[in-house]
Amino acid sequence: MDRLRDRVVPVITILVVIVAAWYAFAVYMNAPFQRDLDRRAGETPTTMEFIGKTLSQPKPTMPAPHQVAQNFFENTFLRKVTSARSLVYHSWVTLSSTLLGFTFGTALGILIAVGIVHVIALDRSLMPWIIASQTIPILAVAPMIIVVLAAIGITGLIPKALISTYLSFFPVAVGMVKGLRSPDLMHLDLMHTYNASKSQTFWKLRVPASVPFLFASMKVAVAASLVGAIVGELPTGAVAGIGAKLLAGSYYSQTIDMWAALVAGSVVAAMLVVLVGIVGRLVERSMGGRPA
Amino acid sequence: MLMTVNQATATSVERNAVVEARQLGLTFQTNDGPVRALSDVNLTINKGEFVSFIGPSGCGKTTFLRVIADLEQPTEGKISINGMSPEQAREARAYGYVFQAAALFPWRTIESNVGLPLEIIGLPKAEQQARIKRTMDLVNLSGFEKKYPWQLSGGMQQRASIARALAFDADLLLMDEPFGALDEIVRDHLNEQLLRLWAQTNKTICFVTHSIPEAVYLSTRIVVMSPRPGRVTDVIESTLPAERPLDIRESPEFLAIAARVRDGLRAGHSYDD
Repeated sequence: MDRLRDRVVPVITILVVIVAAWYAFAVYMNAPFQRDLDRRAGETPTTMEFIGKTLSQPKPTMPAPHQVAQNFFENTFLRKVTSARSLVYHSWVTLSSTLLGFTFGTALGILIAVGIVHVIALDRSLMPWIIASQTIPILAVAPMIIVVLAAIGITGLIPKALISTYLSFFPVAVGMVKGLRSPDLMHLDLMHTYNASKSQTFWKLRVPASVPFLFASMKVAVAASLVGAIVGELPTGAVAGIGAKLLAGSYYSQTIDMWAALVAGSVVAAMLVVLVGIVGRLVERSMGGRPA
Repeated sequence: MLMTVNQATATSVERNAVVEARQLGLTFQTNDGPVRALSDVNLTINKGEFVSFIGPSGCGKTTFLRVIADLEQPTEGKISINGMSPEQAREARAYGYVFQAAALFPWRTIESNVGLPLEIIGLPKAEQQARIKRTMDLVNLSGFEKKYPWQLSGGMQQRASIARALAFDADLLLMDEPFGALDEIVRDHLNEQLLRLWAQTNKTICFVTHSIPEAVYLSTRIVVMSPRPGRVTDVIESTLPAERPLDIRESPEFLAIAARVRDGLRAGHSYDD
């Protein structure tokens, strides 16, 4: 009961508010076009009829929630997953490059963090460049990466994954630098009194201390990876993936398709973040973490 | 002639000396200018002694302990541990250090915390197990091997950290206000246990504290220190017997020593504002 009151009710309340606002907005956005249509057809609908029509246009400026939900449901559950119309298929295409990019990005981020923590020269030189790398608009860089890699014969999954890597290494690097430096002075002094080597201090103290930081930054990184994979699909003329679906939808004004693809992307992102969170909790539990 | 006599006594003392400090001084360079944390400390600590360092904050008692442990470098004078420099002594793992907080690794069980120094030294697994068991028995923590630090009370955690410092069998134990964060009942209990442990293991203990009763109860010798600059103002030999029940603290002898410690602190202006 407490759980219901403390967690479910507030979330549901916000959801209801969002859906209500969405409907209101949909009516408002679609009204001019509907008025235009009615005038040409010489119809004078009642207010209720008019609102009903604004919420059931085939290519609305702003699709209503139930239109998106219906499209999402049909394209997720009623199609064969191998079909080019299936959102599961497109999600899978995007997911595979997301995961590859995320793996690269996490590895790269950890590597950079270890370097920064242990080599003073890297500490002084690398950080500004890492931060600068994230100020470059990824939308501008993505086509160049794809084109350059295609020119040397690398196409398909890898170029998309590299864009995910580009976005996801950053939070991991920053989080891990913090994590590897998180042991307090007393613990470091303790290792010093044991005459522990640098690598012993690293493996027995810095690495375990950084684990909570790693998972916190991996949650951010996995969401960024998904964004990277979608962005990577936009300029490539990709035929599959959530990004391709968004692009195709915008070419043909299939706004409902676009919104459904957007929802699919959000669902995948949420699942990935939750999954990383669960793995993180399991790891912390196995490391003697106090159950929350 | 005088020279040779001095040298002769020096060597005879050295045979038994675990820590020897001569004109030791340490000045920290801070943003507000230099701070003299230690000045002109002359002290010899012999094998098997229990020496307490007492004084107000900033008197350099912790700094002195950290100099012994090679966690700070002196800027003047000389110090030797078992005839070695602090660095050599640390490399030879000549001492165990107990910090103000238990400083256990939260991701390790108690037994694997106690075994940490043994792992670092690289002892064989069986030897590690044997030593963990022995030291856990010594601090009365048997049965808590598989627990994590958060599952133990503060006093038990501090006992685990003492076990960790004892695990690799160094002859010198450096303790920096180990019971400072504990309540008085737990502290009394641990003081009693520490004395028993000291009698059993015959180690040399350097013990930093804020508490006059604690210092008098535990020590064979009490070093009274004063701040600005940190220095030794008095060294008091305890006349209490080796066997010390807790109620010895009401005896006239105990109170006389405590009074002398207080006088020493007052003489060093420790009670001034």
